[in-house]
Amino acid sequence: MQTMQFKIVSLIMFALFYCVQADAQNMQKGKKIYETRCLACHQADGGGVPNMNAPLDAASNVVGKDIARLVRIIRYGYNERIALDGFYYSNAMTASPDLKDNELADLLTYIRNSWSNKASAITVAQVQAAKKKK
Amino acid sequence: MYKLSNFLLACLFALSVNAQDNAGLKLPTGFSATLFADQIGTARHIAINDKGVLFAKLNNANKAGQSIVRMEDANGDGIAEKITGWGKYGGTGIYVKGNQLYASSDDAVYLYQLDANGEVTNPTSPKTIIQNLHSRRQHASKSITLDPKGNIYVNIGAYSNACQEKDRSVGSKGMMPCPILDSAGGIWKFDGTKENQSYAEGKRYATGLRNVIGLDWNNTTNSLFVTQHGRDQLNTFYPTMYTDAQNADLPAETMYEMKEGDDAGWPYVYYDPFQKKKILSPEYGGDGKLEGGKNALDPLVAFPAHMAPMALLFYKGNQFPAKYKEGAFIAFHGSWNRAPLPQEGYFVAFVPFKNGKPAGEWEIFANGFAGADNNKSPRGAKARPCGLAEGPDGSLYVSDDSKGAIFKISFKK
Repeated sequence: MQTMQFKIVSLIMFALFYCVQADAQNMQKGKKIYETRCLACHQADGGGVPNMNAPLDAASNVVGKDIARLVRIIRYGYNERIALDGFYYSNAMTASPDLKDNELADLLTYIRNSWSNKASAITVAQVQAAKKKK
Repeated sequence: MYKLSNFLLACLFALSVNAQDNAGLKLPTGFSATLFADQIGTARHIAINDKGVLFAKLNNANKAGQSIVRMEDANGDGIAEKITGWGKYGGTGIYVKGNQLYASSDDAVYLYQLDANGEVTNPTSPKTIIQNLHSRRQHASKSITLDPKGNIYVNIGAYSNACQEKDRSVGSKGMMPCPILDSAGGIWKFDGTKENQSYAEGKRYATGLRNVIGLDWNNTTNSLFVTQHGRDQLNTFYPTMYTDAQNADLPAETMYEMKEGDDAGWPYVYYDPFQKKKILSPEYGGDGKLEGGKNALDPLVAFPAHMAPMALLFYKGNQFPAKYKEGAFIAFHGSWNRAPLPQEGYFVAFVPFKNGKPAGEWEIFANGFAGADNNKSPRGAKARPCGLAEGPDGSLYVSDDSKGAIFKISFKK
């Protein structure tokens, strides 16, 4: 009985460790993509540029539940006058149609868990499901 | 009691800081500054009447629901104690000519009447001087200035970065000819007294300007001077041609004297301050070295890239030392497209002029707007210089459109 408990506990520990490890790796990969594609406009602090480039840090839609919309914006770019948390941003966002599903997941995981953001990590399956939504 | 005394001490400290450290600004010897007003809203351009009443145009209406703020310092202590306002629409441009006040939204210019005390008489019923100008999100703000004959000059910024077929997209070519230039990307001239003018009644005065926010009429040369915001993201779209470090320094932010019909070259060329040449834009086949823009102007002054010149003012007064007379002050908003390299700007620069021509290198005049911690992220900057005005006594006012501060800079012999 004790060995059984021990086994279960170790399994859970292992799974937890593996998840944290995977998250850290995903965060690291996401960070790299952020630095090459996003940082120029959204800035190192995720704060964007007032009136021009939208912030990602503390942005309701970045930490929100509409993953399909986030995936769409990253893949196709963005050029609409729609307020984000009460403010308008004027610059057109560059499309990144070439990002693979796992890269989109890593990038979303990164921006949802950087600066002051704390939201769920995004899996490849979630990205694939999001892509099917129109 | 302890808390109260602490609070009072803090207040005293704040007051003495304001008085001693020039409202946080770093200035040349002999100059001092006061925080003329604070937290008035997103103060873009400012203008002043001959009695020293200051007006600011806000980018968005403030908490009090005002988009034009009137500030008066009746007791002359350098701090406005009477602050009122009117107007509902956001915008950038403001100009005072006698008892007439012009203010712009992102697609129109309105004219208000001031009384002898500098109070607006028709806050809800201005004359519409210009209307229906393009306002397509990017570079939509309309800066204005007037010449002595009463003509009004309006910047209509290009709604694009480099006139690509698809704006800000990797691999998208530049359109040839750039179709934006027929109705934007330049300065338009209108009659400052006629109502309801638009493109049909105005005239494209100068072209090839991506986005001008700072502009001023120079009385010595009797001509228009402008400062242009250069293009962004050379490294983002052409990573094999431009490194992050090269993008941080290219292209120059530029000052031009624009006469009627002049062309500054956007989008076909940008100005490289190191090669001192107009370089063909990569969207139009350039490689970082090929020259272009044969018929386009060379800039009069080239400033470091991406610093965003927001206001231009030729100094007419006698309060400042002689070297400042007729020279140009430029308010730099501060960069964003230098990332991942450190940002620059967030200061007011000065260029000495003699007989209407630059007569020396540009220099930083007032610095420290970004804050003492020197965190120059656009969001983190304490203040971002945006507007300039010269008071009747020769003091220089600087507005900040992030937190809404107004600084008053004076010189004492």
